[in-house]
Amino acid sequence: MSEENARLTSSLLYLDDVQVTFDGYRALRGLSLVLAPGEMRAIIGPNGAGKTTMMDVITGKTRPDVGEVYFEGRHDLTQLDEAEIATLGVGRKFQKPTVFENHTVHDNILLAAKAPRSVRATLRARPTPESGRAIERILERIRLTNVRDWRAGALSHGQKQWLEIGMLLAQDPKLLLVDEPVAGMTDSETAETAAMLKEIAREHSVVVVEHDMAFVRELDVKVTVLHEGAVLAEGSLDQVSADERVVEVYLGR
Amino acid sequence: MNNALDRAGWIFVAIMALAAVLVPVAALGTPEGALVHMPSYLVQLLGKYLCYAILAIALDLVWGYCGILSLGHGAFFALGGYAMGMYLMRQIGARGVYANPLLPDFMVFLNWKALPIAWWGFNSFAYAMLMVVLVPGLLALGFGWFAFRSRVTGVYLSIITQAMTFALFKEFFRNDFGFGGNNGLTDFKDILGFPLQSDAVKAGLFCVTALFVNLSYLVSRAIVRSKYGKALIATRDAESRMRFLGYRVENIKLFAFVVSAVMAGVGGALYVPQVGIINPSEFAPGNSIEAAIWVAVGGRGTLVGAAIGAIAVNFGKTYFTGALPEYWLFALGALFVGVTLFFPAGLMGALSWRWKQRAPKETGT
Ligand SMILES: Nc1ncnc2c1ncn2[C@@H]1O[C@H](COP(=O)(O)OP(=O)(O)O)[C@@H](O)[C@H]1O
Ligand SMILES: [Mg+2]
Repeated sequence: MSEENARLTSSLLYLDDVQVTFDGYRALRGLSLVLAPGEMRAIIGPNGAGKTTMMDVITGKTRPDVGEVYFEGRHDLTQLDEAEIATLGVGRKFQKPTVFENHTVHDNILLAAKAPRSVRATLRARPTPESGRAIERILERIRLTNVRDWRAGALSHGQKQWLEIGMLLAQDPKLLLVDEPVAGMTDSETAETAAMLKEIAREHSVVVVEHDMAFVRELDVKVTVLHEGAVLAEGSLDQVSADERVVEVYLGR
Repeated sequence: MNNALDRAGWIFVAIMALAAVLVPVAALGTPEGALVHMPSYLVQLLGKYLCYAILAIALDLVWGYCGILSLGHGAFFALGGYAMGMYLMRQIGARGVYANPLLPDFMVFLNWKALPIAWWGFNSFAYAMLMVVLVPGLLALGFGWFAFRSRVTGVYLSIITQAMTFALFKEFFRNDFGFGGNNGLTDFKDILGFPLQSDAVKAGLFCVTALFVNLSYLVSRAIVRSKYGKALIATRDAESRMRFLGYRVENIKLFAFVVSAVMAGVGGALYVPQVGIINPSEFAPGNSIEAAIWVAVGGRGTLVGAAIGAIAVNFGKTYFTGALPEYWLFALGALFVGVTLFFPAGLMGALSWRWKQRAPKETGT
């Protein structure tokens, strides 16, 4: 018990025996996962393994039926809503890129940037030189400076993914959840995205869900394999790909 | 809001400011029968259109910019109208048919002995104006608080806004509800001591209304161009994304909804002294739907388009109900379908879209 307590208090993210059921279908069946502060983790697993559902639970979109979810060892995420969890410092990138299509690239970053979110504060907000420079720095990091005044809806699929990563950078969360960031990207875009995420991981804790094995290899971090709503294996990519059960799950399909 | 649209907005503001001056001049400063003379019935008619324009701008603020298709905005308009009507009723004083110095005629007729509490204070213009703002504002606050917190959106939200106005429609029809029942409030005599029948007062009311159209437009414009306005549009387009960014979208919606309701109430308050009556039919569900059609025709998410849509459609309505009364509803339906099919962004939307083709880097909305 006390050992478990120590694991909890020293963790950034702590999931224990999380269960989620949708109309009788058990999407998560006792998922446990601990992420250390500053860690980057890759989550892999076949379609329907529960990876997105796990992110829904962490970000307050879905309430688990059973289980504990703690952030920074003390915030019970099962009791908070999306906005409160985001305010604690959990950022999320969706599987399907979701940017604000009718706003410019610049305004997308502006809305995401760490700043008071209240109606009153946003009504009064005026651009400052510092906030402007911070936005420009992010635009450079996500390689979208030259399209800063475009409508986000006019960007290519890959550019939208980067914009969303830029929005997360602007939000500056303590923990970043990234769902399949390279789905639908070209090889060169994939490589650039891996570089971006590794750069981000230097200052943030990151959980990346991905199918693309080449991409996961490029990230070169600890891997957790999810299968049927629970952890099947954990370790380096080489270790887990040597695991027979993992091979079976991936090749058995 | 792109440049073309903003330019159209400023042109509209200039026209309204000019009208605020020129219409009174044409009505009062020119001899009857002169080509430029404006008869007072026309002044009143235009004033009525401008009240509808205020309602349309209010509706566009929530529908166009936040995706909340309220089909109950007629209720906020009517409540503002009733607050003004109650002031005007008490201004009649002892000049009513029953010559009761305190009670309006309908209360005497119903054999009431005392003024209901709801009517207290309405002898004061300032108090009545406070109610014009507070009553629609508080109703919107309560309604929106529940609706947005329980995450009611889309067509369900539209339906409950219809239910809201329908419930008020029913209530106000009842005599014992205390607001004149079926007949509503009418036979007004004067406002702030000036006779409502005089041409000068009619021209003055028009002038004030035109200025309030501009005020509504400029306040809404400032709101939608602020960072809050960007958050409002973002909430319209990707509500859950906003939540995951840490925004309280229910508060974002609530603020716009309350501002919009207050604006609609002010429109209603200006409407009543100009048309000379307020009755429960103003709460009719169809009225709120018509307002949504004005906005759709003018172009939602453009503000100026909503105002122009309200004025244009009501010109059409005046013409049709005079010339071919039985065809008005068909014409309105056909207009709505036609605009939806051929100009989905409305008249102003079509204009700003053409502009966008020329300047591809321009932002939408
Ligand atoms: N809202 C929902 N309602 C019903 N079933 C759902 C819902 N969300 C996910 N599921 C189901 O839960 C399982 C896990 O889904 P998901 O977490 O999206 O998997 P992954 O992201 O690993 O591909 C799938 O079988 C999916 O069909
Ligand atoms: Mg998924």
